[in-house]
Amino acid sequence: MADSYDFAFAIGGEAGQGIATPGDTMARIFVRRGLHLSAYNAFQSIIRGGHIFLTVRVSEELIYTHGDKLDLLLCLNQDTMDRHLRLMGPGSAVLYNSDKITPGDAGEGTQLCGLPIGELTGTTRTGLNQNTVALGAMMHLLGIGIDVLEGSLSQQFQRKGEAVVNENVKVARAGFEYAVKNFTPYPGEVATGPKPLALWSGNDALAMGGAVAGVKFYAAYPMSPSTGVLHWMATNARNLGIMVRQVEDEIAVANMVIGAAHTGTRALCATSGGGFALMTEAIGAAGMMEIPSVFINVMRAGPSTGVPTKTEQGDLWQALGASQGDFQRFIVAPLHTLDAFNTMAEIFNLTDRYQCPGIVLSDLLISEGRYSVDPDYLNMHPTIDRGELITESNGAGGDTPYNRYANTESGISPRAVPGVEGHVHVVATDEHDEDSRLVSDEFTNPHIRRMMVEKRARKFDGVVDQIAPPELEGPADADVTLVGWGSTYMAITDALKLLEARGVRVNYLPIKWIVPFHVEQITAVLSAAKKIIIIENNHSGQFARYLRGETGITANGHIHKYDGEPFMPHHIVDGVVDLMEKKEAESYVPYQEVVV
Amino acid sequence: MTTVTDEKPFIELTAKDFKSKIDPDWCAGCGDFGVLNALQRACAELGLRPHQILTVSGIGCSSNTPGYFNAYGMHTLHGRSLAFAAGAKMANHELTVIATGGDGDGYGIGGNHFTHTARRNVDITYVVMNNQIYGLTTGQVSPTSTVGMKTKSTPFGSVEYPINPLTSAIMNGATFVARGFSGDVKQLTDLIKKAITHRGFSLVDIFSPCVTFNLDNTNAFFKERIKKLDEETHDTSDWKAACEKAMVWGDEIYTGLFFERSDRDSLDHLEPILRDGPMSARSLETSSEQAERLIQRMM
Ligand SMILES: Cc1ncc(C[n+]2csc(CCOP(=O)(O)OP(=O)(O)O)c2C)c(N)n1
Ligand code: SF4
Ligand SMILES: [Mg+2]
Repeated sequence: MADSYDFAFAIGGEAGQGIATPGDTMARIFVRRGLHLSAYNAFQSIIRGGHIFLTVRVSEELIYTHGDKLDLLLCLNQDTMDRHLRLMGPGSAVLYNSDKITPGDAGEGTQLCGLPIGELTGTTRTGLNQNTVALGAMMHLLGIGIDVLEGSLSQQFQRKGEAVVNENVKVARAGFEYAVKNFTPYPGEVATGPKPLALWSGNDALAMGGAVAGVKFYAAYPMSPSTGVLHWMATNARNLGIMVRQVEDEIAVANMVIGAAHTGTRALCATSGGGFALMTEAIGAAGMMEIPSVFINVMRAGPSTGVPTKTEQGDLWQALGASQGDFQRFIVAPLHTLDAFNTMAEIFNLTDRYQCPGIVLSDLLISEGRYSVDPDYLNMHPTIDRGELITESNGAGGDTPYNRYANTESGISPRAVPGVEGHVHVVATDEHDEDSRLVSDEFTNPHIRRMMVEKRARKFDGVVDQIAPPELEGPADADVTLVGWGSTYMAITDALKLLEARGVRVNYLPIKWIVPFHVEQITAVLSAAKKIIIIENNHSGQFARYLRGETGITANGHIHKYDGEPFMPHHIVDGVVDLMEKKEAESYVPYQEVVV
Repeated sequence: MTTVTDEKPFIELTAKDFKSKIDPDWCAGCGDFGVLNALQRACAELGLRPHQILTVSGIGCSSNTPGYFNAYGMHTLHGRSLAFAAGAKMANHELTVIATGGDGDGYGIGGNHFTHTARRNVDITYVVMNNQIYGLTTGQVSPTSTVGMKTKSTPFGSVEYPINPLTSAIMNGATFVARGFSGDVKQLTDLIKKAITHRGFSLVDIFSPCVTFNLDNTNAFFKERIKKLDEETHDTSDWKAACEKAMVWGDEIYTGLFFERSDRDSLDHLEPILRDGPMSARSLETSSEQAERLIQRMM
């Protein structure tokens, strides 16, 4: 890893200063060169002011996090300089508008690169121009020709007309030329990868994964950090033929999705914890009526309104406890963006085959992070399996009456959709018999009730074998086994390389499927582990409790982070090293150095 | 997906054909019998087929209706019938979607959906059996209970003012607003037929007395007071007149068609996505051109 190209830059400022645009310009320049990219934007829920800190890391190797160090810092305001200069190490550079920003004491080996923006742009009205000047200077520091940036700017401002393009190019060049005269570039060249890569967010991945799985109905009520799924769906609705609706509340969202799904349409919705709470009665209804439907919960720091712009894995038990009663449902926590994309087709097929709801647990880190992806890895035409779905009359209804909830051996009863002759039936959230007559208000029947509970439960006999079990990564005889679920895959994977480099013999069991849970395989792996450390992005160790409940296995150490910011690889390295020395099971809570 | 697959000659159906295998478990004399009867007649007289209809209800005595009606049905959650119904209608707008339920279900717990389904003008017929009480939960105050009404949860008389479903619906943008009485099945059948035929959200609010828990608003109470709008001069395109007539509550209470407008189209006609037919009938495959466009946007 030491030899391969790995570079991280950050842009800090306040909301409204246009951080997204230079961030995006740079990100695209890098992915077009074929470099892998991982970007994390730390921000607050305001439109202007506050502190925004976008970190973009690029590498020749596949990376999952924004890393541990910064090579370049672009300060758009004094606050950014004051907060982050201390984080800059030897060999790094700091760009800032020297008309307005006073640098502090830089550490040894940090190059302070003040840009006289007024002089370079010929105006005192700095505005967004300072970003473009800085981009020009960055081109010199990185050793990328100014022509590459000019190309990007022309493309970006094309729609705004030639004058705007020229103005931007002029300003960028001024920055570049000033930098050539005054700043020392980084040694070595920016690497190039074998082919251009694409750029997406986890919300893009979830939405597009749903779309290629055949979603034709999407309903939502906006809630961070899930709103990106709605935006993607709305943008692509016409191209793909998807009915997209923003409706009155998440209760309506969930119920509409089930109503749509009942007609045989693949239907999806996404929300965050608060909205998911409102959806839970509906999820149970889908379980009882046996209507396949998919609900995404993009977790943010809770409880309640919590920290809307910060990440957490705090809703595991909310998902496990979503809705009253015992019913069959899938719960899956994708590990990264590409996994999120692939998970959508998988969960739609599973919910169709087993006629039940499915819950996808994403989080802000996956959903709002931006990552590179190799377009060749995207299966845009996944297998679609609708299960036992009746969409055309097969002559039933005469001698062979159709029973919607037929007590079959598998527990799965062929599902006819409204409109099909000879299959008329009423689905019900009350307990019902095979023919969907209610077994609830007027007459109850313990034997029918038992039969129907068992019929639905039987659907899940052996379901775990239909899903790939988690696989241990690293040497089987490692000294320590790390366990994580969902998005911690990203930080743990990056941390594994660092741990190996430090000589720690470590392996890792990434958990994606929560329900069904691969009890047998997980027990086998963990029983052989010398020391187990569970890593999760919450306070109480929600997954550790679940693991203990399902397998009886307790961990020998825990790494918890619940300050709103995601794990950085070194947090995990430090935690593992610290816990390796402990005799008793303890918890390690990493310190968040970057304060935003 | 809604294609009729058989080539059988069209056989005329009667109200009986819309009776399900299950007999209603309502109390003898419950107004809901009349409503069910009118609904069955209306569907038969309109020449609808059971498999083309989807009835959707919430929870309550009145919400048991889909189980007694021979058609596709969804007996869903308390207050949520309109959300389920709207989802189904938007996914397959070839279905005739009829939502049924009670005053508590629709105007209380489901009030938000009532407002927005009307505003959105989803082509659903909403049949509300308004007995001004919570029947299934054995007699508590409802959003349409009158001031002073004594119920199990208001033993000293309710001090709150009731909601007026008709004026609410008109204000929310409903394009068809009518009121019927379960004791006049003929008029009710006619109103339901018009409501189903109307393109857009239609409300048919129905006085459907609960003989067990509402001893104030009984059959006799309504029989004495009801006056039919079509027996006087009333302009159904005049929303102000409609609201005035809807607010009359005393010695005279009006039933009939209060308001109808055709200047606002229904959602299924306004939404361009639906021009290519119902969502439920679409291929789930992404074409290579669509896929290419998606990937290009990410490069
Ligand atoms: C979420 C929820 N809250 C409460 C109930 C209990 N509940 C069932 S029906 C009902 C009221 C029914 O009143 P209405 O809708 O007027 O129907 P009616 O029985 O009068 O026909 C209530 C409160 C429930 N089923 N679900
Ligand atoms: S309790 Fe009232 S509403 Fe319910 S069935 Fe009896 S009479 Fe009808
Ligand atoms: Mg009622």
